[in-house]
Amino acid sequence: MHNTLEQKIPIQSPVEAPPMAPANENRTAPHTSAVDQETAGVPFADNPKFTMRDVCVFYGEKQAVFNVNLDIAENEVIAMIGPSGCGKSTFLRCLNRMNDTIGSCRVTGSIALDGEEIYSSGMDVVSLRARVGMVFQKPNPFPKSIYDNVAYGPKIHGLCNRRVDLDEIVETSLRRAGLWDEVKDRLEAPGTSLSGGQQQRLCIARTIAVSPEVILMDEPCSALDPIATARIEELIAELSRNYTIAIVTHSMQQAARVSHRTAYFHLGRLIEVNPTQKVFTTPDHHLTEAYITGRFG
Amino acid sequence: MSNTNNPRAGQVGDIKTIDLVRRSLARRYRAETRFRWYGIASIALGLFFLLVLFVEIVGTGVDGFRQTLIRLPVKWDPPLLEITDARDPQQLEQGNFEAVVRVGLAQRFPQVTDRREKRELHALLSIDAAYALRSLLQKNPELLGGETALWLLADDDVDTYYKSLLRGEPFTARTSEARRAQIRELMQTGDIRTGFNTRLFTSGDSSEPEMAGILGALMGSLLTLLVTFALSFPIGVAAAVYLEEYAPRNRFTDFIEVNISNLAAVPSIIFGLLGLAIFLNLLHFPRSIPLVGGLVLTLMTLPTIIISSRNAIKAVPPSIREAALGIGASKMQMILHHVLPLAMPGMLTGAILGMAQALGETAPLLMIGMVAFIVDVPHGITDPATVLPVQIFLWSDNPERAFLARTSAAIMVLLAFLVCMNALAVWLRKRLERRW
Repeated sequence: MHNTLEQKIPIQSPVEAPPMAPANENRTAPHTSAVDQETAGVPFADNPKFTMRDVCVFYGEKQAVFNVNLDIAENEVIAMIGPSGCGKSTFLRCLNRMNDTIGSCRVTGSIALDGEEIYSSGMDVVSLRARVGMVFQKPNPFPKSIYDNVAYGPKIHGLCNRRVDLDEIVETSLRRAGLWDEVKDRLEAPGTSLSGGQQQRLCIARTIAVSPEVILMDEPCSALDPIATARIEELIAELSRNYTIAIVTHSMQQAARVSHRTAYFHLGRLIEVNPTQKVFTTPDHHLTEAYITGRFG
Repeated sequence: MSNTNNPRAGQVGDIKTIDLVRRSLARRYRAETRFRWYGIASIALGLFFLLVLFVEIVGTGVDGFRQTLIRLPVKWDPPLLEITDARDPQQLEQGNFEAVVRVGLAQRFPQVTDRREKRELHALLSIDAAYALRSLLQKNPELLGGETALWLLADDDVDTYYKSLLRGEPFTARTSEARRAQIRELMQTGDIRTGFNTRLFTSGDSSEPEMAGILGALMGSLLTLLVTFALSFPIGVAAAVYLEEYAPRNRFTDFIEVNISNLAAVPSIIFGLLGLAIFLNLLHFPRSIPLVGGLVLTLMTLPTIIISSRNAIKAVPPSIREAALGIGASKMQMILHHVLPLAMPGMLTGAILGMAQALGETAPLLMIGMVAFIVDVPHGITDPATVLPVQIFLWSDNPERAFLARTSAAIMVLLAFLVCMNALAVWLRKRLERRW
């Protein structure tokens, strides 16, 4: 399987790349034909965790995401790939309403978690973010001790009151994140004293300490070395048994390694969603094929 | 320029680029050296003036920290004192200690017989000498009936003359020939010396220079600063948090921001006028109390604290905020648990610098009446008080020559406080920065 993948993703020299419109061109005029506007593959699923219909994201006047229709099934790992500036991070941040922190950002369409519309006025953002956790690109542990980093979430959500319960949650989360053995003797050390890979695992532990249902990962390994990356990818595989995971990644190889389904984004549009094997061997859409064969991106 | 269609690398027309560059190089390096010397010259000039100021103040002020004392044998004569029982407070209160001092002086200088000269002799010692005797007898009642040799405070004219004599340029303007002879005699028998001027730090203001101290002003400054800090820090921090985190970006908040920046540059006396109009005339607060002084200084330092707090909050990286929000913290929790602790070092240093600025303010406090001559040391924020800069101003206005050295001494104390506060701010910033 790996051999065919490598055959399908050769390195192309830049001279052969056909001219493509740069990412920040005017997007209101689509440059693909009407047929290409439909998302190829299987964007929908049965009993989905997340349902997204006609999701558009605007930064002020500029539109960044165009009419995305997607379902994310329970306990699946879905990878979102695409060239820089194609809107995948923007789209991911909609799922836990982190785009609310950006003043000029506007989201239209319907995003529903377990059937509940998350952008309705009745939805409490704080509880949404407890159900949908996020791991960011650059590890950002709080400038507190390792223990306090992991315990912060459960404390503010009132998940437990006694020190004993808190200790248990901290240990479980650190074990699940694969960090317990390395830090169990120095839980009072500051979180920032860990290495990059350890910090990212600490952030993952912090996220799972509040027992979310979905974990969003925005290029979690892009700031890490290959060994740390490999550990986190193992972690993702383990975590998917309990959580639904949506991961944005720049590395096609990583998407191929960790995900069940892969979604390809191009200039703000969802081009194709298919089981990962299919996307990297026989993709349905020509744009997907152009991307994975390295003709641009 | 001959061939613009086909520029050759390394050439501008017919001349090599490198030759052109080399020609201008010498000029550029010369300009750079000149610029560097301008910088050094300006720093040197600034340091020179600082040095002149320092030497001037310390040169005059060092004398203010020492006080002349004269040793006099004192007979604790009960009939003269009109005291029979030294433990009776009423008798102590009414005891005639001046007479004891006079008798002691007369015995020390028997050659003085003339009435006018006798009056001059009695002025050798400060009126503090009598008070010192009283407090000594109060503490040691067994002294009554005996004789002790005591070092007593000399009068300020004697003090000025003696110190100038020691320096080698005798200031004889207010000292008669007879007194100079008496002082020479005391010097020969070793009965005159200078000691550390403890009264500078232990007593309040006085019209007698040798008895004047800055304790009242120091306490007044301390109480005023306390009120200022207690009011301006919480209000300033809260305003900064609101403006930075919650306020919508519209014309009204822009207007507020512009006004806050402008207020930081308003002359401080305007705040004094504001305090006068509102606190004294409208609300009828008593004059010259640290509470009103603190309120006026709060108005003055609030813009500074708001601006420095806002900068400290802005400096907190957005990654920490996103991490907190991502984990499900509400906005208030994010601010209280993450942003404020990280911004606190910057806020504190801004506050300390604001306090250091407020410590040296005179004009606004003059307007609310802290220019009064206040002798008692204040104990609370509603006791009449004065502050150190105002005290310095009052003393510098005083025509008595002895106040010259003391004014400079008080200035040195004020500068020492300011240096300490700035050093505290720097240390705090370094210390708290390391953690994060």
